[in-house]
This record gives sequence, structure tokens and C-alpha cells, in this order.
Amino acid sequence: MDRKRCTLKLLVQPSRGLVDEMFIILVQKAPSGFQLTVHALHKCEDGHSWEAFGHYTADTIGTVNVSEDPSLGGTYSGVEQMGLLWSLRPVPGSKPGLRLRKMNVQIPMEVTISVYQGHQTEGFMDQVPLASVVVERWYMAPGVSRIPITEDRLSATLFLPPGPGPFPGLLDLWGGGGQLVEYRASLLASHGIASLALDYLTPKITMETRKMVDLQYFEKAYKILEQHPQVHGSSIGMLGLSLGTSITLKMAAYSEVMKLRCAVCISGSHVQPVDGSMEDILKHFNKNADRTRVSEENEFIWRDLLLPVPSDLAFKVDMGRLKCPLLVVVGEDDQNWPASESAMDMKEMMEQAGNSHLLTVLSYPNAGHLIEPPYTPHARASLFRSMATREKMMALWGGETAAHSLAQEDAWRKLLVFLRENLYSGTNPGTPSLSHL
Amino acid sequence: MLGLRRLAVAASVHRPVRRLSTMSPPTSPILSVQPTRGLVDEKLKVVVESLPPGSPVTLHSLHHSEDEDYWEAFGHYVSDFRGMVSVSEDLSFGGTYTGKEDMGLLWSMRPVPGSRKGLRLRKMNVCSPMLHNISVYSGHVSEGFREQTPLTSVLVERWYMAPGVKRIDIMEKGVRGTLFIPPGPGPFPGLLDMWGGGGGLIEYRSALLASHGYVSLAMDYFNSQELESADLEFKYFETAFNIIKEHPQVIPDRVGMFGLSLGSLVTMHVAAESTIVKPRCCICVSGSHFYPRDRTIKEVIMEPRSNSHRLRIDENNHHVWRDMWIHLLDDPSKKVDVGKINCPILLVNGKDDQNVPADECAEDIALLMNAAGNGHLLSRVLYPDTGHLIEPPYSPHFRASNFKAAGVATKTVMLLWGGQTKPHSDAQEDAWRKILSFLQHNLYSSTPPRAKL
Repeated sequence: MDRKRCTLKLLVQPSRGLVDEMFIILVQKAPSGFQLTVHALHKCEDGHSWEAFGHYTADTIGTVNVSEDPSLGGTYSGVEQMGLLWSLRPVPGSKPGLRLRKMNVQIPMEVTISVYQGHQTEGFMDQVPLASVVVERWYMAPGVSRIPITEDRLSATLFLPPGPGPFPGLLDLWGGGGQLVEYRASLLASHGIASLALDYLTPKITMETRKMVDLQYFEKAYKILEQHPQVHGSSIGMLGLSLGTSITLKMAAYSEVMKLRCAVCISGSHVQPVDGSMEDILKHFNKNADRTRVSEENEFIWRDLLLPVPSDLAFKVDMGRLKCPLLVVVGEDDQNWPASESAMDMKEMMEQAGNSHLLTVLSYPNAGHLIEPPYTPHARASLFRSMATREKMMALWGGETAAHSLAQEDAWRKLLVFLRENLYSGTNPGTPSLSHL
Repeated sequence: MLGLRRLAVAASVHRPVRRLSTMSPPTSPILSVQPTRGLVDEKLKVVVESLPPGSPVTLHSLHHSEDEDYWEAFGHYVSDFRGMVSVSEDLSFGGTYTGKEDMGLLWSMRPVPGSRKGLRLRKMNVCSPMLHNISVYSGHVSEGFREQTPLTSVLVERWYMAPGVKRIDIMEKGVRGTLFIPPGPGPFPGLLDMWGGGGGLIEYRSALLASHGYVSLAMDYFNSQELESADLEFKYFETAFNIIKEHPQVIPDRVGMFGLSLGSLVTMHVAAESTIVKPRCCICVSGSHFYPRDRTIKEVIMEPRSNSHRLRIDENNHHVWRDMWIHLLDDPSKKVDVGKINCPILLVNGKDDQNVPADECAEDIALLMNAAGNGHLLSRVLYPDTGHLIEPPYSPHFRASNFKAAGVATKTVMLLWGGQTKPHSDAQEDAWRKILSFLQHNLYSSTPPRAKL
């Protein structure tokens, strides 16, 4: 095709959207039956390049609509409206074990979407595309305020939605990798929930005193939310992923201070020493370190460390004590935690205790451990700094990319509906305003 | 993002600290605005849910301008029996707009009560978005919005620049301006973008055009001290045109010209007289074709003073310039020789233009071009009850505003532009669509250009 006279048009709507919003990619005015590759390129904060691509054939009027037409090959296939984002992977030659995580949520992810001639699979950087546009993907809606919290020796960030409030609140906990990870909290604030991202493994106080936080640390975080003038004190929930699930269940079942309206547990377990401190909990996991398995690719599988699920009640949270609705999300291919087995045991315990009406379990076949907000790349394995050994090791998280991405999309939508139903009152289930997701 | 913080602080300062001691969760309605970050010419979808059924509410939009003025618009609605209001589907019963108006919250904005007079809303820094606070108030409120707490609100960004558009300062061969380049390898068609007699470097329309795939040069053509003669001035426009044409990312035979008001005049003049510059197509918004030969634009702006007996001042003390040049219609030496234009040209005018006799000029241009045999190149649209300032859609309408002629030692006057807000806003929306399709047809299409849309 003569580039000088190329009239091919590429349109992506919206050009600035939230990370969990769908976009429409339209190629128009290509020659009829033209073979082309739609390509996505993202340079992350660490400087690594990620790419995804799909092969398409234009119809008789020269149009390709990624939401309706099948990709015939590439990093994803079939009709996949968001495939160019969830199938992003490090470009050839990148170092192994990368995981894409946005640490600065105040600026967007920039993705360059381009159209190349023909069905190509490599060498994109050495060619000039026929057309390209830049798309911004934001973890923060306009008007969301980001407030660092350091009082009471907490390491946390509060995200407040725009508007007068008051808003429901949420404590947001990540897992064993530590750090203050803000992106899920900022996204939830963009959906109207005042969210507090809390660092509980590597907060300033632990770095200075070399001591892990105690359980009062979490209760202090809860109090900060409860007493905030723009937060509705009796409408606070908690969300934890991986190790964050352990804390969430502990607080929901045993805390006298926290009156949680609802809880969400992703990829975690209720197995832990019941009266244990943070140190006790971590030690318990490492007791069975010899049960670590290693895959053929030298990736560490840690799911067996907590198996079998004990029958000894000293080593699992008493699920019968839960008084609030609980959403449990698990990937059946989780290679890091025995989330499925734990979910089954939690269900049994609650059935026996008579509070299983509070429980909803979402179990996704072929999904792995890292069930994150939708349309972000899936990492089947990545380098992980274990809290126990302090070494960087290649952890196997599990999951098959297409199934895992579908799980992320479905789980997120259901999570938002769950939070909205339980943290707000008088809402209609299946609120249409989520339909753009 | 100072404005953003300012709005957030305003919200918490005005609100009394409220600790709800009830056990039930909040019942605030849910406001959703899509997109929260969009281009200024994109439509907004505003939906409120979880309202009590059949209850009156006010939808309000607030903007704090770069000049530190506040602009607002509002509509009075009644929720349906699902507790919902959808601005694109429901009627507004009152406010700054009525009826089914999906974009009323933007185009009907006006300065809040107590503001300075004669304001005009124009974005000067296109690298940052316009911020609008969209809120829901209980009941049908018409004033005192700042003293009340809304039920809920969201912040919306409206951008003149799509992501990836590059902005480049131009200081080349005596030409001063800003070049906007769309993302992607190109090459792209180009546009020379010229504003009116207010002068200055107005970038927003060029930024928006680049967001639609055109390399666009916004020119600053009034403050230059070098343009002391008509001849030099003419060369300035030719040079500017060639800067675009010679840019490595521009298709050289696909460069057009886009002018408003005085910029239209320059466009027609260059298209007719230049032996060097051959625009592929021209768009002339709200322009006259009165170009006194051998005189500079500066002199043209000075014209009102010497023709002051033809100047009208209306009952509101607004200066009306439209009649000042009508007498020139009879003098061919005072008009652009439009018979020499040999590219498609689109004239966009408002019938209620009080600044320029756009209607009469368009008629005259058509007559002249038909007589010269190039009438097939001309397309015209004339909008009823529409004034002089036909801008990109959804921007507020001003029937009159403060005006200071550029580069000339005149005092600021209140100029009457004309137009009634609702028809003028409809015209802006329709005109922009026609302009974009005209440009697409003449600058992107691979078939030879034809004048008719």
C-alpha cells in the first residue's frame, strides 16, 4: 500500500478511559479484504516494553471492528474486544519474570495502538505503522483525591471520590509482596468508595524498628476511615488478596473494634494460627517449607504449604463467627495458595455454623492466583521477593491467560456489584451505570 | 491540577462536618457521567440513579475558568419511577436550558450572578483540560448553588488535545504560531488556522483539528511588528502556509485554510490572489469579503474608527459593527476577487451576525463566483438566529462580550456578536460536523475534491 496516499483511519474510543472501561477500536477505509495487524505497545514505569497484537482481515468496505471481528492469530484470538490489553506481554528479549503494576496512579498508562500491514508477529519496532494513536488508561477518575496517611504510624493512602460524600469506606490489602500498592484503591474510589490502601508488611514503622505490625495497626486504619468526615462510619468493608485475605478474615471474625459491613477475599485462605500475631502467621506458613515444589521451568509452587486444610480449629479462622456478607474469589489453577480447597472448607464450616447465607464463592477454572482489576496483563509466574527468605524467587501464580483474563473481568464486575449492594442501600441490583465496563 | 484541588477544598469547606450515627448505609443517588475524560466535541451521557421516584432534582455544572470566573448551567428534572434521570432522554423543565438537551449542561453555561460583565470563555492552555463539576441538587434550584451541598457530584475533564497530539512552538522565517501534529507516522493533511481581529495566539481549534487528524498551525498574526505593509503581510501568510506544506509529516498537496471572521477574509484573499500558495480547500466562518486592496490588516481593524458615523450603539451600549461595511458591497475594488478562487470553499455564517453582514456577503460572493464561472466550488450554510462567534460545539454562547482590537491602541468595548443561545448552540454543533466532513472529503478522500458536501 502506498503510504503517501494511505487513507486508513484508526479510531479508539474512549481515548482516555479508566483501566476497567472497555474501548472500541475501529479501523476504517482500508482496502477491501486487506490483511492487517492491530498492535498495542506500552512502556511501563520500570522502562520495560510490553506488546500485544491481533491479526485481522478488513471487510468489503475496508473496516475492522475489534469488538466484533475475530482475531485470526497473535497474542490473542477470536472476538476479544480488550485482547490488546489483557494479552500484553514483555517484548522479545525482555528479562524474565516481569509483572506489570502501576505504582504512580496520578498519571495514566499510555498505550500506543497501531495498525501494521499484513499479518505480522515480530519486528514491529523496525517498521513504520500505517497509523497509530495513543490511548490513556487511568486508575484514578477526575476529582478523586489522593491523601497520604501517616498518622498513628500508618503507611497508607486514602482515596476519596469526588463530591460531598459521605461515602462508604473500604480497607484495601494486598499480599506477601508488601509495599504500598495503590491502584486498586484508587480505582475503587473512582467507583464511589472511599478506599484506604494499607502497607502492613513493609510500612515505615517495620522498616525502622524491624518489628512486624500488630493487629491494632489494622484497627487504627479502620478508625481513620470510620472517623473521617466524608466517610459513612457504619458502612465500611474490607478487601484482601492473598495474605490480605488472612488479615481480612481475622478482622471480620475476631476484631472487637472493626464492624465490617462486608468483606471480600481474593485468592486466599482461612488457615492461620487463630491467636497469632503477624509473625506467628508468617511462621506458620513457613513451617512446611519443605512442601515447596518446583516446576519444570524452575518456578516455585507454594500451594502445598498450607495443605491439607486442618481440622484443628486452632489453625483456621472460625468462619461461624462471621456476621457480614463475604465474597470469596478463587482461581482453580492457583499455584501459590490453596484457595479452592480453603473456599470449600470455609463453605462447610459456615454451613455447619448456620451462616452460609452470608457466603458467595466465585470459582474460576484455569484462573491463577493474581486476580486483579480487568484488562491488565496476566502473569503466570514472576519474580517475587519472599518475606521469609528475602530473596527474589520465581513464583508460579498459575492461570491460563485467556481464561484468567475473563475471570478478572467477571470477578471485578461482580465485586463492584457486591460492594455497592452491601455498602449502599436502596440500590437496584445490576445497576446500569456499570454497563460501560 | 490546581483547579481540581480548589474544587475539592470548596466542597469540604462549605459542608458542615456530619457524622451520621444511624446504622443504615448512605442512600445518596448515583451520578454517572460518561466519558469523565473526553474531547470537547464529544457528547456526554449524564445519568442519575437511586433517586426517590418522581422527585424533583437539579443537575448543575460548574466551571472555574483560567481567568478565575465561575460559569454555570443547570436543568430542572423529575426522576422517573425507577428513580432515574437521563439527561439525553428526559426533558429539562427549566434552568439555563429546557427540553431534551443532552449537552445543555455545557452549551448553556453563563457567568454566575455577580460576575464581571462581557466575559467570554476561551481555553488558552490546551495542554490541560477544562474541568466541570457536575452535581445533583435536591429540588428545583435556580440560585445559591454555592451555599448548598449537592447530593452528589463528579468531575469531568474536557480536552482540546487527544493523547499523543504534539504541540510545537513555531518561530520560523518570521512566522509565529503553534503547530499541532496528530499522533502516528503520518503523513497527514494540513491546515492553516486563523482567528479574528482580537489577535493573540488562539490554539484550541488547531489542537482539536489535530485531534481529528490534521496537522494544524495556529497563527499569531497581529502582534508582529514587522507587518507594516500589505505586501509584507501577504508574504507572511504565504510563508506560514509553506511551513505546513514543507513539514515532513504533511502531504504537500493536501493543505487547506480555515479562518474565522478576519481570518476568513485573509483566507479568501490568499486563495484568490496568491500565485505561490494553492490551498486544497478553504473554510470561511463568519467572514466578509471586504478586503481593501493594498492596505494592511491593521488598517482594516482601524477602519471602525474612521467609519464611526456608521457605527451603531444599541440600547445596551453594545457596539454593532455589521452595518459599517455594507456600503462596500457596491465597490468591487473593496472586495476580494473571489472569481479567482479555484478550490472548494465552504462558507459558514449566522443570520444574526451583528459584527459582519455575513448573510449579504455570502450572497454577494455567490453572485460573483457564479458570474466568474467558479460557482460550483462554493458551498454555503447559513444558520438562523446564529451570531458571529461560531465555535467548536458545546462551548457557551455570548451575545456580546468585551473586545479589544489587537495591536491597536483602542479601548475595550462591548461588541455585539448576535445569536440566540439555543439556535446558536445547535448551529455550532451542526457546523462542526459539516466542517469535519468537508475536511475529510477534500483533504483525506482519494477522489478529486468536489465542492458540494
